[in-house]
Amino acid sequence: MAGRQTRNGGRVTAYFNEMYEDGRVRAPYARLEDWMRHMPAGLRSLKQAEAEDLFRRIGITFAVYGEGGDPDRLIPFDMFPRVFTAAEWARLERGIKQRARALNAFLVDIYQRGEIVRAGRIPARLVYQNEAYEKAVAGIRPPKGVYSHIVGIDLVRTGPDEFFVLEDNCRTPSGVSYMLENREIMMRMFPELFQANRIQPVDAYSDLLRRTLASVAPAKCDRDPCIVILTPGHFNSAYYEHSFLADLMGVELVEGQDLFVEGEFVWMRTTQGPKRVDVIYRRIDDAFLDPLCFRPDSVLGVPGLMDVYRSGGVALCSAPGAGVADDKAVYTFVPEMIRFYLGEEPILQNVPTWQCAREADLAYVMDRLPELVVKEVHGSGGYGMLVGPKASAEQIAAFRAKIAADPANYIAQPTLALSTVPTFVAEGVAPRHVDLRPYCLVGERVELVPGGLTRVALTEGSLVVNSSQGGGVKDTWVLAE
Amino acid sequence: MLSRTADNLYWIARYMERAETSARFLEVGSRIALMPNAGEGYRNEWDALLRAAGTADAFARKYGDAVQRNIESHMFFDRDNPASVAACLGRARENARIVRTALTTQVWDAINTAFQELKGLERLPRSEVSIARLTDWTMRAAALVRGSIEATLLRNDGWDFLNLGYALERADNTARLLDVKYFVLLPRVEFVGSGLDNYQWTTLLRAMSVHRAFHWAYGGEVTAAKIAHFLILNPQCPRALVTCAAAANTHLERLARGYGAVTEAQRRGHALLAALADLTVEEVFDEGLHEFLTRIIGEVSALGAVVHDTYLSGDQR
Repeated sequence: MAGRQTRNGGRVTAYFNEMYEDGRVRAPYARLEDWMRHMPAGLRSLKQAEAEDLFRRIGITFAVYGEGGDPDRLIPFDMFPRVFTAAEWARLERGIKQRARALNAFLVDIYQRGEIVRAGRIPARLVYQNEAYEKAVAGIRPPKGVYSHIVGIDLVRTGPDEFFVLEDNCRTPSGVSYMLENREIMMRMFPELFQANRIQPVDAYSDLLRRTLASVAPAKCDRDPCIVILTPGHFNSAYYEHSFLADLMGVELVEGQDLFVEGEFVWMRTTQGPKRVDVIYRRIDDAFLDPLCFRPDSVLGVPGLMDVYRSGGVALCSAPGAGVADDKAVYTFVPEMIRFYLGEEPILQNVPTWQCAREADLAYVMDRLPELVVKEVHGSGGYGMLVGPKASAEQIAAFRAKIAADPANYIAQPTLALSTVPTFVAEGVAPRHVDLRPYCLVGERVELVPGGLTRVALTEGSLVVNSSQGGGVKDTWVLAE
Repeated sequence: MLSRTADNLYWIARYMERAETSARFLEVGSRIALMPNAGEGYRNEWDALLRAAGTADAFARKYGDAVQRNIESHMFFDRDNPASVAACLGRARENARIVRTALTTQVWDAINTAFQELKGLERLPRSEVSIARLTDWTMRAAALVRGSIEATLLRNDGWDFLNLGYALERADNTARLLDVKYFVLLPRVEFVGSGLDNYQWTTLLRAMSVHRAFHWAYGGEVTAAKIAHFLILNPQCPRALVTCAAAANTHLERLARGYGAVTEAQRRGHALLAALADLTVEEVFDEGLHEFLTRIIGEVSALGAVVHDTYLSGDQR
């Protein structure tokens, strides 16, 4: 099972296999090879059924937008873990924290003096005409100068030391509950693995999150801050995660209807009357936060919330307006942000990206559609995306027309040779492509738990790992030194 | 506690209890239907049952004839009927899903498992599911939920709201089940005390699972007065109206102590309990059983409304 050769769009591409290199097992996977070899034939399906039962019973299910069907569908869980050494992780950690710091510095800057624009390092149009730029918060400096408190950075690996950032998620990245529950379930099912390997724990995440949120309490808060999570409600596909995090942190999970504004503060309706709220970890989009400020038809938000926010009566995490930083067109400038604000060289590389808004880039992209990945600038979840080498001629033609109609809405990247990790499949164990989303916390301090969410494309050869497109998840281990 | 959370908890309990009652209605109906028709009053026993359950009109619109098979569909499977077992369990689970964090894993597990098993029952061919199986299953599922609440839940205000929901719903349901008797045997004085009359009363006791308990408590002949006393005024009976009112009071008082505030809800709760505690069975019959039950259903519902305004709506400032 050495690095697999695949014929790909007329070119032969080698994928980096994280477990096997040149026919030998890579060190972090040594013990897993043993485990896999000695697993009795019947045990695997038994354990798989046990895992599914556990997931269903604790209620982690995932409803996919626009697909209808079973709202209680499970995201497939693959029991074969993905492993990083302490040294590999140390480098990733530095790179991730560096990026999270730069993204926040950028956000603070563009809502104040916009030095980076004045210095000509990023086009003004990309910032100020960006759909996600909120004029309503211009001039505001949120507590501790943090806009994005939870930064999810999607990474792919193409070689032993080659990692690329695929995209940044500065608003409200989801999936962290899978990171925590996958670990919980693995520890329950395979305690012997955790005795044999020295795996760094991830369960400090909820404490760190709580501390992070408390550290950005607003100016007017003169006490132990009251933190809540604001959810759009139980029909939201990530509702389980919202309630799971609220439970772990011991904070209330509220909907817009549970909050109201009176005087200078936000209050929640409780059985004992109104209670003041200081920090809101919101899992709803900017547009729905406050019908008086953004979309007037929103019933998910709280009328008057933005006034309280502007006057320092409540903290919003992430802060409204944070979306400018994770736009796919702004993405290309993140290395520039790192140099500009931190005076450092980026530790993690960007994927080379062509902006279809530029004429030269557009011509190149149109020329090479069958080998590129094309994405919508504001798309997410793997929707509205073309994977050239996997697409049919008709799909490519259809996409060509879409790009021609609105070039500025698209970017293109080379098809990356995503690394593979062994995965349980019907025939046994086979390599499948993976990515990684770690969750970086930014408050008074910048924190990262050793782990993240590994998503795996379960279909042979597929490079799309999104859960909405049939991807699965794996436990992600970082070994201790 | 968030008002909405309290509201969800309260309704989990109300829907679970209501599901159980609908199953009990089915059982009463199927047993009464085994007896020859008295020929008077409502067209048949099933029709009487629907009247007491308060869904007769909706049923007639959708199904027409009150035959057993249709009643089964309506009372157990039909999600268009808000009181059917399936609808109640579905809503109980929906409410539970929203407030997962306020429940223990065991409670969630009991509710969720009931919901998953219900889906299994729905998939079975109808000829394979007897009424007995449906009612037994419902009672077991409801008991598991109730038991896991009692065994594992923190005794905080959330527990009080759950129990308040159970107490008010049960009071309402006992009154309605008792009222079936009124509808089945419309004022034909000569039937009173007949074998048929006793059979119907006994069936009612069976459906409330207090058949044996009744004999232990009273012995001798089954009479209307004894049964009314047992189901309305005897604090030993777990489903008696007075027992439900006492339970509601216990939890309202715990809330008042915990929150340090006595409200209109406590005052109303006391009034209801005091009225029932001082009552005699003769007074009930003087007022007329049906009239009395109708009045109590109204008072319980008024207490529910006050609980809503005070604790669950979040409008209190």
